[in-house]
Amino acid sequence: MDKVAMDSALRDGERLVELDVRTQDVEINMGPQHPATHGVLRVLLRADGEILTGAQSHLGYLHRSAEKIGENVDWLQFLPYTDRYDYLSAMNNNLAYSLAVEKLLGVEVPERAQYIRVILAELNRIASHLVAFGTYGLDIGAFTPFFYTLRERELLLDIFEKICGARLTYSYIRPGGLMNDAPEGWVDQVKAFTELFDGKWKEYWDLLVDNKIFVERTANVGVIPEEQALAWGCSGPMLRGSGVDWDLRRDNPYLVYDKLDFEVIVGCGHRGTVGDCFDRNYVRMYEMVEANRMVKQCLEQMQDGEVQHEDVGLVLRPAPGEAYVGIENPRGELGHYLVSDGNKIAKRLRVRGPSFCNLALAEHMLPGCMLADAAAIIGSVDIVIGETDR
Amino acid sequence: MSALLPSAAAAQQGNGLTELLGGLLPDTLPFWALTLVGAVVAFAMVFGFVAVLAMFATWLERKVAGHIQVRYGPMRVGGWHGWAQAIADGVKLLIKEDLVVSAADKPLFKLAPMVVLGTALAAFVALPFGPGAIVADVDVGIFFILAISSITTFGVIMAGWGSNNKWSLYGAMREAAQVASYEIPLGLSLMMPVMYFGSLSLHDAGELQSGWFGMQWYVFSDAFWIAIPSFALFFTAALAETKRAPFDLPESESELVAGFHTEYSGIRFSFFFMEEYAAMYLMSAVGTAFWFGAWNFPGLSLLEGTVLYAPLAVAAFVTKSLLLVFLMMWVRWTVPRIRIDQVMALGYKYLTPLCLLMIFLAASWEWFKATVFGA
Repeated sequence: MDKVAMDSALRDGERLVELDVRTQDVEINMGPQHPATHGVLRVLLRADGEILTGAQSHLGYLHRSAEKIGENVDWLQFLPYTDRYDYLSAMNNNLAYSLAVEKLLGVEVPERAQYIRVILAELNRIASHLVAFGTYGLDIGAFTPFFYTLRERELLLDIFEKICGARLTYSYIRPGGLMNDAPEGWVDQVKAFTELFDGKWKEYWDLLVDNKIFVERTANVGVIPEEQALAWGCSGPMLRGSGVDWDLRRDNPYLVYDKLDFEVIVGCGHRGTVGDCFDRNYVRMYEMVEANRMVKQCLEQMQDGEVQHEDVGLVLRPAPGEAYVGIENPRGELGHYLVSDGNKIAKRLRVRGPSFCNLALAEHMLPGCMLADAAAIIGSVDIVIGETDR
Repeated sequence: MSALLPSAAAAQQGNGLTELLGGLLPDTLPFWALTLVGAVVAFAMVFGFVAVLAMFATWLERKVAGHIQVRYGPMRVGGWHGWAQAIADGVKLLIKEDLVVSAADKPLFKLAPMVVLGTALAAFVALPFGPGAIVADVDVGIFFILAISSITTFGVIMAGWGSNNKWSLYGAMREAAQVASYEIPLGLSLMMPVMYFGSLSLHDAGELQSGWFGMQWYVFSDAFWIAIPSFALFFTAALAETKRAPFDLPESESELVAGFHTEYSGIRFSFFFMEEYAAMYLMSAVGTAFWFGAWNFPGLSLLEGTVLYAPLAVAAFVTKSLLLVFLMMWVRWTVPRIRIDQVMALGYKYLTPLCLLMIFLAASWEWFKATVFGA
């Protein structure tokens, strides 16, 4: 084939490179068992040496039919399943589901319950971001920050254990309120953590985020422009990292978020381009500070009172209808769309998971990057496979 | 204690070994037999030293990593701070099944660990442990060490190719690119002390730093302003050469699973492991010999002539080298990993030109001293 014919045979965007030797791109499986895929994600990579030329993610290794189960068990019985899709932010999952069921029931929970819910959701956000940041360090090749973050996460898990007895899958926030009121001394424990955390946060920042190598590895890598982030339905730090000022806690307030003073952190190309890996990590880092501030305010504003709505019992029969509630989960918008036909079992239950939507974009960021960037980019999306597969 | 193998000068006299082994072996033995006995003794000493060193270094690494990461590291095996953990691990690796991947290139797969460990051991031959405590006082000692230790790369490439695993191949290719690039700054950075001492022999460097009651180290000498930056250059290049973080790309576990030794297990894996610690010690020892006074230590020269002198000199040398090994561990558990293009850019765009600049400065300083002071 002559050169002109070969050129015309190429698809748009491909270029003809004439080499002395015939080369072939290598296809390589990253996962399902791979240290950088945060679980059982499988990414099929095509690479020309160290440069990636294609990527495709394959999901479903952890699929457990959560939505179908939701259409076969009681409204309340589904609550423990919500713990298990994004197991790093189970409190937020409980909250999202409970708010959707409450909207269907048409009830509003007592104020004390709302404050405790916000405290737990924000503490859970810190815990989740701590793992995200720590494992991001691992992806980049820094081991030590991971242990530092787990040290503080341990304190948070102790707080959760004290209030509900569980350390990972809580099922504590439930339709109608909470399982029980906070035990004696719990508020002091939370207060102690909030005072301790700011200093520890500075440690992470100095150790890793300000490190020259970390900046070199993350700045200008995996850039998502604003339009692309919006077009692909990204949410959470992934969307805000690209410079979109959107946070459901402020723009569609639920619970008592409208009574709290907090800032929405938006990436603005602090060390490189807007929407690069550094910005996404930056948003997560500062969200921890903001979450800590919110917890402090909640502790000040919280009054004694009931924590469970008296009309909501164990067997729920919402009136026929449908409801959608999306909340700001640590990873983005976690929404539940529920349809009731008046029965004690949901007619239809649909979950809109943030990791799933965010991950869809990842494979479009990979081509053109280097193999080492694949770990940095997938890590910056901060996926939890339990939720992408559900 | 004198050289086990005849040095160039001793070979001419033909009495390098008879001096040491004279009491043990009959004088009637031919020269080749003495050389053979010397070689076996030397091998046993080097292998024994490296094996013990690797065990100690793995334990040390785990303790260092542990304490940096707000935990303890091994605490149980053997009682006191898990001192026997490395022995237990070694035994475990020895009795594991000898697994060879069915699709592997078997001869290469089996040969690779031997090449890697063999070359690392061979380099120890030219390393002084104390005054006279050197297996072979080669006149071009540092040249020999660099030459031999760069053969390790071939072993790694063989391992990566022979494993028939794409991740391993990536690790091997990175090793080839990285180590070949960093040979240049590593070799150049060693030129500054070589010019200062006027010798390629590490043993000579040790002898020349023995003045000032054992404090005439290169870093404290008149050329300290060259010595300190040149050591920084050497240390950076040595980290890359020994595949240590932040240059651990050939085995970067978050990208390449385990890089070139992904498919290795048991005793073959332990060979790679020993090589890593042997290479770390080797580079640290070279750094100690050239920059930090080799076996010299303040006050040690007062003991010269007594029984204590030789053991203490060796202890000083090993301790100083291990401090540099500790520095390497400290770096590893603190910083993230660099990307391959950044590794290459650092090597070619920054380290090599800086080394050339330092060589120019060092040469100018020697010329200046010679013309002004007439040294």
